[in-house]
Amino acid sequence: MIGEAVGWPVVASSNYDIANKFRDYVTDPANWHGPDGVPTRIFEHLEYTVLAVAIASAIALPLGLLIGHTGRAAFVAINIGNAARAIPTMGLLVLAVTWRGLGLTPVLIALVALAIPPILTATYAGIQAVEPATVNAARGMGLNERQVLQLVEIPIALPLVLSGIRSATVQVVATATIAAYVALGGLGRLLIDGLSVRDYGKMTFGALLVALVAIGADVFFALIIRYCTSPGLTGRPTNRMSPIPDPAQPVGAASAA
Amino acid sequence: MPHNRPYARQGADLSPRLRTIMGDRVRKDRQGVVLIEFESVSKRYDDGTVAVDNLSLTAANGEITVLVGPSGCGKTTSLRMINRTIAVTSGRILVDGDDIRSVDAVKLRRGIGYVIQQAGLFPHRTVLDNVTTVPRLLGVDRREANKRGMELLERVGLDPHLARRYPVQLSGGQQQRVGVARALAADPSIMLMDEPFSAVDPVVRMGLQDEFLRLQQDLGKTIVFVTHDIDEAVKLGDKVAVLEVGGRLAQFDSPANLLSKPVDEFVEQFIGRDRGYRALGFLPASELPLQDLNATAIGPGAKTFPRSGSLRAALDAALTSSDGRAFALDDDGTAIGLISQSEISAFIVTKHAAVS
Amino acid sequence: MNDYFSYLHDNAGTIGGLLRAHTYLSVVPVVLGLLIALPLGAIADTKRWLMTPLLATAGALYSLPSLALLLLLPIILGTQILDSVNLIIALTIYTVALLLRGVIDGLGSVPDHVKLAAVGLGYSPLRRLFAVDLPIAVPVVTAGVRVATVANVSLVSVGSIIGLNGLGELFTRGFQTNDYNMIVTGIVLSVLLAFTLDAIIVTAQRLLTPWARAAAGAGR
Repeated sequence: MIGEAVGWPVVASSNYDIANKFRDYVTDPANWHGPDGVPTRIFEHLEYTVLAVAIASAIALPLGLLIGHTGRAAFVAINIGNAARAIPTMGLLVLAVTWRGLGLTPVLIALVALAIPPILTATYAGIQAVEPATVNAARGMGLNERQVLQLVEIPIALPLVLSGIRSATVQVVATATIAAYVALGGLGRLLIDGLSVRDYGKMTFGALLVALVAIGADVFFALIIRYCTSPGLTGRPTNRMSPIPDPAQPVGAASAA
Repeated sequence: MPHNRPYARQGADLSPRLRTIMGDRVRKDRQGVVLIEFESVSKRYDDGTVAVDNLSLTAANGEITVLVGPSGCGKTTSLRMINRTIAVTSGRILVDGDDIRSVDAVKLRRGIGYVIQQAGLFPHRTVLDNVTTVPRLLGVDRREANKRGMELLERVGLDPHLARRYPVQLSGGQQQRVGVARALAADPSIMLMDEPFSAVDPVVRMGLQDEFLRLQQDLGKTIVFVTHDIDEAVKLGDKVAVLEVGGRLAQFDSPANLLSKPVDEFVEQFIGRDRGYRALGFLPASELPLQDLNATAIGPGAKTFPRSGSLRAALDAALTSSDGRAFALDDDGTAIGLISQSEISAFIVTKHAAVS
Repeated sequence: MNDYFSYLHDNAGTIGGLLRAHTYLSVVPVVLGLLIALPLGAIADTKRWLMTPLLATAGALYSLPSLALLLLLPIILGTQILDSVNLIIALTIYTVALLLRGVIDGLGSVPDHVKLAAVGLGYSPLRRLFAVDLPIAVPVVTAGVRVATVANVSLVSVGSIIGLNGLGELFTRGFQTNDYNMIVTGIVLSVLLAFTLDAIIVTAQRLLTPWARAAAGAGR
């Protein structure tokens, strides 16, 4: 059942073979220059990713913030998120191309649809996770709704929101290879072109690059999250944790002043 | 209590600039009349539940008015109607003679200090940033606001080193103090406090209550305080409003009257046992007929009570001493007389006879 | 519309075959992933020092694109790229990475006082795991399983660009021949498959947590 590969039977003779081809490809200087060179492909790949995540954020962030802050339409948020995950990215891409023709737009449509659910879910969850007592105190103190959102809810929700964007970015990097299928660039080109001429070195190198870019993006966001998170939220103290006694606590048998 | 307070000046005044920024709602003058009036206020929800039923009372200027009662009596709801975090269904609430609905809600809240049970500190901000939230909102620049913030931290009895820490690093009692400091930051004339000391353990709570009373002596704010603990209500309140389930006001009186003359069975039961004994806490010991010392020395097992204190302290001292007698001390701590437990009881009997 | 139905009728065989392959590739890695992630998570729950390295590895493997993994694994495993073993392993790795976080969070969601009570009653660690910890962890774990399953369904389609068998073939062929019918069928079936699997998992969750239903009822 599985063995019935469609199209080209992908057969590699041996590991040694692949390793050789890999080295051949990497050491050939021609592969590092020009429109089909590795740097260009990486750049294109990142371009698609950044665009897709940016557009998805522009849609999902305000939506998630609004739904989380007002607490209404939560049903909508959660279920749209789940439903959108079920849409096959490949199918959406192909459909969009058949409608709109080749170009960047159909690719972005497919990738944005992929990126929205994690961002929406994480943003909504992040705002919901803010302690109600904190929000209550903020309102009671005289912060208007915009200020409550801006000064209290968003900073506290930020780690979760950013982790949603991080997750979305990693997924988009992994899936942006499909751009190559519709005659665009990106690292998917190495995969598909390599596949069509049985250049396993090219394919394997492409795969490795995709993996590295994905992991790189993951680490990048991990650093951003750490930088943007207030120490008060993680419980990581910035100064010595020596306990300062509460004057109301009696010391031994003597009572407080 | 730290004696050196480099940031707080005795009777610290707000800088004139700070005062102008605060706006017209704030009165620095303690003699200013800022009172809160409930006029037949009710809160009814859509499903028919009545949280507050026709409440009318006045929280007097410069006093601590306590709302106390069991769960579901509408005390928190009443409190939150004052700063409009819950809407009034019928009746009206006046602050300083003006209907609270005539002012923009956000502006109203910035002039009222609000302290809640779990403190509600912003976890992502330092203690100092938490305290200076409202002044900064009102446009005070950072340096000035921070200075004021440090003063307040000292005033509520916190070590200044805590200023740069985050709430997660503080104990429950410390967090509550920060909450109080934050509420005081804009020098509001009104403070709303919703069970502020309930979430800490009893020993810490006692310390917080004592310091709160001391603070109020310095500041003289108009305070509405909610608690479910009748002992706390009696200890802190100048006037106490006992509410029943369903939002009805059962009795609104001074603590002394509440303890000695409960108006109905509910109030009596709510106050609980020992109320006779506790009422003694409101009667002075100064009129007790003391016996001369006659060279009776204060032995090691002897108990003492302050002459300027309450009858309850006197009776307690006598009861716990080894021979049923206690020594009265004047303000300098010198023994000025002796009295026995039966003599104190006889005095109480005559007091009761005189009243009824 | 009639054209579409006749198209379906004619090609039912092939489409059915693709659907079967797709389902197999979506479900098996999740089952295997669960079988691996559950014990790993349980062990990490008891030996706290394992948690950080385990989660770090899971994080790294999660960000590793499955497609890339699919192409790189043959080097290590010595299999063909489209070998069934290779496919299942690549997809399972991704699923384990995703599920491990869910299992650890799920087991961590068991309140400490419940764990303490279980120990006090005399449960051995293993029995406690099955009788107390896992049942309580079910909601959180199944949330992860749902995400993993639905993600897999879409992922298997993406694999069609290197020739993976499954509904993705409807997309590639349909694209090449500009055949709307094929493409739409592919999307519809893919979505239906995802929803069906999701519904099955949710039902399983309801069956496994009868107390949750009771609590919802008592809330009235």
